[in-house]
Amino acid sequence: MKVLIPSALRSYTESAHAEAEGATLAEVVAALDLQYPGIAFRMIDEQGRIRRHIRFFVDGQQVRDLAQAADAAGELVIVQALSGG
Amino acid sequence: MSSPSAVTLLVATRKGAWLYHGDAERTTWRVDGPHFLGHIISHLVLDPRDGSTLLAAAKTGHLGPTIFRSTDFGRTWTEAARPPAFAKAESGAGRSVDHTFWLTPGHASQPGVWYAGTSPQGLFRSEDGGANWAPCSSINDDAQYLKWMGTAQDGTPDGPKLHSIIIDPRDPAHMYMAMSGGGVHESFDAGRSFAPLIDGLEVVEGFDVAEPTFHDPHCIRLCPANPDRLYQQNHCGIYRLDRPATRWRRIGGGMPAEVGDIGFPMVVHPRDPDTAWVFPMDGTAVWPRTSPGGRPAVFVTRDGGERWQRQHAGLPAEQAWWTVKRQAMTADTQPSVGLYFGTTSGELWASSDEGAHWQCIARYLPDIYAVEVAERPAA
Repeated sequence: MKVLIPSALRSYTESAHAEAEGATLAEVVAALDLQYPGIAFRMIDEQGRIRRHIRFFVDGQQVRDLAQAADAAGELVIVQALSGG
Repeated sequence: MSSPSAVTLLVATRKGAWLYHGDAERTTWRVDGPHFLGHIISHLVLDPRDGSTLLAAAKTGHLGPTIFRSTDFGRTWTEAARPPAFAKAESGAGRSVDHTFWLTPGHASQPGVWYAGTSPQGLFRSEDGGANWAPCSSINDDAQYLKWMGTAQDGTPDGPKLHSIIIDPRDPAHMYMAMSGGGVHESFDAGRSFAPLIDGLEVVEGFDVAEPTFHDPHCIRLCPANPDRLYQQNHCGIYRLDRPATRWRRIGGGMPAEVGDIGFPMVVHPRDPDTAWVFPMDGTAVWPRTSPGGRPAVFVTRDGGERWQRQHAGLPAEQAWWTVKRQAMTADTQPSVGLYFGTTSGELWASSDEGAHWQCIARYLPDIYAVEVAERPAA
């Protein structure tokens, strides 16, 4: 699926756009990490929790469960929820 | 006498890292940076065993924590393949590293070994120069230690820390570490087991002095010239410990009453175990965490803590309300020892005469979290 990368993670992808496949959101992120090592841990902690200021939107719907099914034809938008000084 | 070497200051801030390269006299400094602009850099440290590897502990407001490594003294950086992370808990309720707070190179006989301390408190070890990190379960998963550790909701700003990881220069298996809060701890088996080392330390009035969780060491230093001597700046005073004794002795009584003996950093002389420096802060009432009275000063002892002398020549005389965090003050090993500190207001100060005179060598930096010295052979 198509993945829109936020600015904070473009040091990994060197692009705003990426492609990654998987049956679930977790698999898509894992596939993204294979292409761009380290990117997953910046978004998901060691306990498998989505980090506090990261949001995932699959086909326009916010997804909080990494087991959520992903569609190869769909789009994943990763958002950094800005906060703090 | 050591041969001449070039001094570079490694400055970690809330918004990135800077390197300040000193000239031979340590009076002119060439700035290199920012590195990682916008990243929260908690610590930036040189590997003294190879003189060129730097490790930086980083995160941002949005992204998880990681370690960046440079093997060419900061020209290029790569990310650690496996940054410090706690073991995954079966329950799904395990802890996660918020940030790596402290980095310590391992013993001189163990090239490639590093230790890291995190918030919430965790101890991690790398055996490949900081590329891959493994959790030390002896601390991170020990039921007794977990009881003493704080949570992200604890009072220490930005969460409880594991810091002051010290390797005995005579014995790689002998190490110390401290937790703020959570006490001082010692290992004789390379970190496989630890035991509290808190006798003699005071705690906030009304709490149980026997309980490590109430102890808040801020910074511990071992004297290179006498590895049996430790100094400590604590939430409740300045202390000294001479091994094999196990009881800390409060040595801050000689500080002026209007200043007190509360602060964060502690620095020791590279060749004289009786000489050490502190940077006091206002720890009264609501803990303003400012320079006492708005008049910042370093205090030095030349007799192991019996007496303390104020050093403020060149520092602001009034209305300066910054302070210095626990990793943000350090010393070099030059014949006339250089002292350095960075402030919460983004100023970098230096002395080339053991604190007698100070000059501001950088202003307008972000909040400075750590200052370390990197010494390399002069070009």
